[in-house]
Amino acid sequence: MEHYHMNLTLKVWRQQNNQSKGQLETYQVKDISSEMSFLEMFDVLNEQLILEGKDPIAFDHDCREGICGMCSMYINGQAHGPWQQNTTCQLHMRAFKDGDTIVVEPWRSNAFPVVKDLVVDRSSFDRIIQAGGYISVNTGNAVDANAIPIDKKDADNAFMAAACIGCGACVATCKNGSAMLFVGAKVSQLALLPQGAPERESRVLNMVAQMDKEGFGNCTNTYACEAECPKGISVANIARLNSEYLKAGLSTEEK
Amino acid sequence: MALTGTFLITFLIVHAGINACIFLNDGGATFKTFAHFMSHNWIVRFLEIGLFAGLFLHIIQGLLLWAQNNKARPVRYQYNQPSKNSTWYSRSMGILGTLLLLFLIMHLNHFYVGTKIALYSGDQPHDLYKEMQEIFSNQIWVGLYLAGVVALFWHLYHGFQSAFQTFGLNHKRYTPVIRAAGTGYAVIICSLFALMPLAFYFHWIS
Repeated sequence: MEHYHMNLTLKVWRQQNNQSKGQLETYQVKDISSEMSFLEMFDVLNEQLILEGKDPIAFDHDCREGICGMCSMYINGQAHGPWQQNTTCQLHMRAFKDGDTIVVEPWRSNAFPVVKDLVVDRSSFDRIIQAGGYISVNTGNAVDANAIPIDKKDADNAFMAAACIGCGACVATCKNGSAMLFVGAKVSQLALLPQGAPERESRVLNMVAQMDKEGFGNCTNTYACEAECPKGISVANIARLNSEYLKAGLSTEEK
Repeated sequence: MALTGTFLITFLIVHAGINACIFLNDGGATFKTFAHFMSHNWIVRFLEIGLFAGLFLHIIQGLLLWAQNNKARPVRYQYNQPSKNSTWYSRSMGILGTLLLLFLIMHLNHFYVGTKIALYSGDQPHDLYKEMQEIFSNQIWVGLYLAGVVALFWHLYHGFQSAFQTFGLNHKRYTPVIRAAGTGYAVIICSLFALMPLAFYFHWIS
């Protein structure tokens, strides 16, 4: 692919803290390489802002390899920008051309309060996991891989659900701000495997209860989450969450 | 939402089926027999209460969802491109539903209220076939009915398959079948309903 440089106009959401009202600020960046990642372009902008004596833009990032789920950013009206199955850190500037205007906003959800600028607090996801997204047994030494027989398709589906990096793009992109894809993936990865069986019922009931408590919206099956998920998590996981929830609700002995 | 929606979906099959009897072109004789059965059979009368309850619940659930979902995103995006990841009709169920409610108010006023008043006050029973002929000779009513059917089509087109997803059924083999059935259902039901005002207006049936 041809290497080129570009000048861009950026409209970035600036917000001092959770209490303050934010607004879009316009910045110009020059001579951006098409081989840079989107976050590297933000590094250039921040260096520029520091040299000008201004407050750099706060944004989340960690591994910059597309696997940690830390980066967010709603870029030009899409979670993680225009590329499919891709995180913001793996979005490269060749997705844009010289003279483009790019609008960058934080994830917008009641359950993801803005900390500063583009950084949001996603600990609501942590609390959902704490409500049941684990198995409470001593694992001991690693057992032989074939000691517990698991159907190949179940193993595959569990693995695909476990690919969720918990970035929150599903919530950000959903018109209802629903977290059903995230919770669906986290419930599925354990519901499909024998290790998850003993706590199957309480897990789904508790995680859904916590999800509702955090103030996420409801799923109306627009499937925008699946389209924007950087890991391509399928909405089949939401259907599995629904059926797990229904079955658990009917058979549980808990009040 | 899915439960009441599925219930209303089954009702539409009966509704479209009985009304389609007008296409037999027998001056509405078969249709009138069915209409008489539907208005006098006590099981149907009982189901009618269930139908209104189901419709009412469907509306209440929709309003509750709408309120909760609005609260889930208090600050909106300045720039959003939802068309990149979802269909307009899947995002517009609330608006389509509201249009359908307005349509229903008109529709019940045309064909339901008068009939019921006549039934309970012991007046001469209404001839629904004749009423259809009268109402569907007016092009404004025909236009409004067709608009209602268009709204119904998109509502059903999303709603049918969406209900199965909510029930927890999403399967590599069955989901394509469900989607095809949903499309077929929406096309058939809505074509039948759309043909009714058109058939009277253009005198395709006498």
